[in-house]
Amino acid sequence: MSTQLTQDEVLKVASLSRLKLSEKEVTALGEQMGSVLKYIAMLDELDTSDIEPMAHAIEISNVFRDDQLQESLPRDQALSNAPQTDGNYFLVPAIL
Amino acid sequence: MSITSATASELLAKMNAGEVSSEEITAACLAEIARRDESINAFLSLQGETALQTAREVDRKRKAGEPLGKLAGIPVALKDNICATGTTTTCASRMLEAFTPPYDAHIVERLRAADAVLIGKTNLDEFAMGSSTENSAFKITANPWNTKCAAGGSSGGSAAAVSAGFAPLALGSDTGGSIRQPASFCGVVGLKPTYGRVSRYGLVAFASSLDQIGPFARDITDAALLLETIAGKDQRDTTSLDAAVPRYTENLEQPLKNLKVGYIEHLHEEGLHEDVQKATQQALDVYQSLGAELIPVELPHARYCVATYYIIAPSEASSNLARYDGVHYGYRAKQFDNMIDMYAASRGEAFGDEVKRRIMLGTYALSSGYYDAYYLKALKVRRLIRNDFEQAFQKVDIIASPVTPTPAFEIGELTDDPLAMYLADIFTTSANLSGIPGVSVPAGMSQNKLPIGLQLLAPPLEEERLLRAARMFERETDWHLKRPE
Amino acid sequence: MDYTVIIGLEVHVQLQTRTKLFCGCSTRFNPDHPNTQTCPVCLGLPGALPVLNREAFHLGMKTGLAINCEIPSFTKWDRKQYYYPDLPKAYQISQYDLPMSQNGWLEIEIDPETRETKKIGIIRAHLEEDAGKNSHDESGRGHDSKVDLNRCGTPLIEIVSEPDLRSAREARTYLEELKLLLTYIDVSDCNMQEGSLRCDANVNLHIQQENGETIPTPIVEIKNLNSFRGVEQAIEFEVQRQWEAWQETRLSLHDVPKETRGWDADRGITLEQRGKEEAADYRYFPDPDLAPVTVTDAERDKVSSELCERPALRRNRLEKEYQLSAYDAAVIIDQGLAFADYFEQVAKGCQNGKQAANWVTQDVLRELKEGGLEISAFSIKPEVLAALLEKVESNEITTKSARTVFQELLKSEEAAPGVESIQSIIEDKGLAMVSDTGALEAAVQTVVAKNEKAVADFQSGKQAAVGALIGQVMREVKGADPKVVRELLIKKMS
Ligand SMILES: [Mg+2]
Ligand SMILES: [Zn+2]
Repeated sequence: MSTQLTQDEVLKVASLSRLKLSEKEVTALGEQMGSVLKYIAMLDELDTSDIEPMAHAIEISNVFRDDQLQESLPRDQALSNAPQTDGNYFLVPAIL
Repeated sequence: MSITSATASELLAKMNAGEVSSEEITAACLAEIARRDESINAFLSLQGETALQTAREVDRKRKAGEPLGKLAGIPVALKDNICATGTTTTCASRMLEAFTPPYDAHIVERLRAADAVLIGKTNLDEFAMGSSTENSAFKITANPWNTKCAAGGSSGGSAAAVSAGFAPLALGSDTGGSIRQPASFCGVVGLKPTYGRVSRYGLVAFASSLDQIGPFARDITDAALLLETIAGKDQRDTTSLDAAVPRYTENLEQPLKNLKVGYIEHLHEEGLHEDVQKATQQALDVYQSLGAELIPVELPHARYCVATYYIIAPSEASSNLARYDGVHYGYRAKQFDNMIDMYAASRGEAFGDEVKRRIMLGTYALSSGYYDAYYLKALKVRRLIRNDFEQAFQKVDIIASPVTPTPAFEIGELTDDPLAMYLADIFTTSANLSGIPGVSVPAGMSQNKLPIGLQLLAPPLEEERLLRAARMFERETDWHLKRPE
Repeated sequence: MDYTVIIGLEVHVQLQTRTKLFCGCSTRFNPDHPNTQTCPVCLGLPGALPVLNREAFHLGMKTGLAINCEIPSFTKWDRKQYYYPDLPKAYQISQYDLPMSQNGWLEIEIDPETRETKKIGIIRAHLEEDAGKNSHDESGRGHDSKVDLNRCGTPLIEIVSEPDLRSAREARTYLEELKLLLTYIDVSDCNMQEGSLRCDANVNLHIQQENGETIPTPIVEIKNLNSFRGVEQAIEFEVQRQWEAWQETRLSLHDVPKETRGWDADRGITLEQRGKEEAADYRYFPDPDLAPVTVTDAERDKVSSELCERPALRRNRLEKEYQLSAYDAAVIIDQGLAFADYFEQVAKGCQNGKQAANWVTQDVLRELKEGGLEISAFSIKPEVLAALLEKVESNEITTKSARTVFQELLKSEEAAPGVESIQSIIEDKGLAMVSDTGALEAAVQTVVAKNEKAVADFQSGKQAAVGALIGQVMREVKGADPKVVRELLIKKMS
């Protein structure tokens, strides 16, 4: 693992993350992510081939709710935090 | 003892005796905030008017002899990543600067039902990402013991508020130590419950499999009181546990017999501050003097905790924070070329450095070609870390350790070196990775007059054991009685 | 050079639950009241958390079992990350590596002449949440797009077939059979206009080279197929387009990444979809907010036992058990479960499957179509129709009279006239078959006397002459059995 991410690598991850970064940020992130990834590489010391991954802190299963209606929010509340609406819909710049 | 330095239990007793009203207590807290928060910066918003209204209503109920909740008339501060109607929930981010949730978090419902007085929303590292509350987009919270020093984080505002006399109780969230570490820095009690003990419904997610809400208080009794108010199953949180909640306050004064205290030998000795090492040793001595048996425990994978944590937490965060895209709520950039550019500009402008760093790290760790090497690997090591604790708790009842390698550092000291900041989470992240409860109790004072905490860990759902063990220590010491000037 | 068409379908079906997959909001189709069926959970508000709808999982299992899938004992939930305004969390809760059902098949008839069938493999069927709906400015002036989140969070089951389909026609047949099955087992209304059944098709060609080698052309995923006709036409168009592209470019699957094209139904063409400048990287990972689900053998068997007879099996059984033609059996099955049940009740009640099929596929179906009715709302209940047909069977009334009774029953003021109404209509209208041979013989006598010419024709060998006389007798004596009248006339004239 390299100690620094290239500018292209940083930009690719930034694009996946939908983050517009300044040139300065790209450089800094390349270094900082590199040093964290280098530290993280210590996990390679461990043989984990027979270990089950643990995605949850506690082991629970089969948690359900009944198919029962709950009150929805009134529309004005649903839209109340939106940057732009027409009173009925969320508005976004033309998608196409 | 003055109103602003008293504990919640003391204040409840005084209110029940008619010696003081909730309105007076609330007003005293607000006055102290007005006097001192300019230099501490614990709060992001205050709900002074509604707090006084609630206080007066509780006073009326108390006078009329109507049934009252457990926290009737007690001011409580909320970390500003916990949703409550009637005010903003900003997560200390430009992204949510204007966000007012249309719903209450589960614990806010519980607090309202307990007749608590919600006094204000406290500062934090943006989206709870950080260990110093320096990553807030709005202000840096200072340590009430020394305003040049950090309050710790990410729940720095809540810890400072309780420490500085702004509120007897506060709530925080702990994803990798964010309750215990600032509690330690500010000389108060901070408890991270078992994962699932307290509903996360309404807690703005940072890393969902690690996040847990917990109390800040001036002593163990208050922490127990607040925990029993907020703990328990909530149908709206799949991961909240369906297990009975003990009355933590009831057996608190009963010492645990034949207590076996585990401690970690040779752990990270180089980085450990001399004063912290000394305080930890003295705490172990206290337990020994109480008849507890001290047993060294092996946690062979403890040294991998930070690495594991800094894969899992950013990975989940990168997903949890994807929703902030300027469409349905939150900040939207003013200038952009098209839809995709609108997303990227809004997020690029509204998120701070640390948040961007973690989103980037997490996206990287989950992305095609890297998933197995990073994320999946970390999930496997996570199990090894959890197994270590399972084995250790076969031999001991609780495990004692430092909370942090050093007392509070100076503001600005670590901001340029993210990795150094991450490494300070060495003692705290393991509890989140394994889901076990942990508490930080005041256990010493550095030569520079900064508080030092002791961390106690217990097996899942053993908060009662944890609190009783902590109370045994607290009774023998007076660190919890010290207040900043 | 020749080629084989290779098609696999991905079908998204909305499950018929009252509430959404992870919250208590209604799943009602309600485009006229946008953003009124949302809550913190399906709006993806900060701090809100999903809780799985038990009924959605149950319907998912039913679906999996109906398409002959294995139901693994452990399944879990994953997040699929992508940014789109109709997806407020910027991830869809779906299932990635451990779906709730897998390795199934669906049998379709590929040749109505030979009745040849073929099993289409099903790779997997998994549960996931639907997105909301974006509507775009059609004026081309670049106005804002609108987002309605009413649909967001509705439970979907995604059914992914193996690339076993070999023609546009087969793809359509598969989709029709799937729709029939899912409506039969009552997991979805499969209403394509309302978007409860949506289909994407993966299409490419295997070109047979003269040297015996086979070269696969690039795979194209066609999106936005929302009618059976659309599926068929889009695939036909795409096959032709790919064949022409191959001849021009000679590009194979290995030379270009999978392409996504949209079906433009108005122009009848598929179009390259723009705006996907990066290859999809969905960064799936297990959703930490949701618990896995385990299924025991007993639970799976219980759901299996709830499943009704699948349409293909029932079609075969109807043919055998009631001696129906393949055509009649198919017509009955295609009308859906309730209609097939109706038919069987009538057939059992009147003891004549063939007659029941005639009535049900002609008279009943015509009335339903004219009235725009569902069978459940049809006023003549199956036991009443069965009773009516029984009277024909036992020669109490003629088939013609039965039709009159049928019409009278439809006109009845009662919402669902009972069996007793049949008798009163028969009496009112005097439709009872006449068993009084005296009256009948008198009428025959009179008619024979009045029709000397016809009688002479008959006696000179013109059998057809009887027909006209039968009609006259029948007019005299209402409800007479034409067979009996015929016999009496012949006897009289011989
Ligand atoms: Mg899908
Ligand atoms: Zn909802």
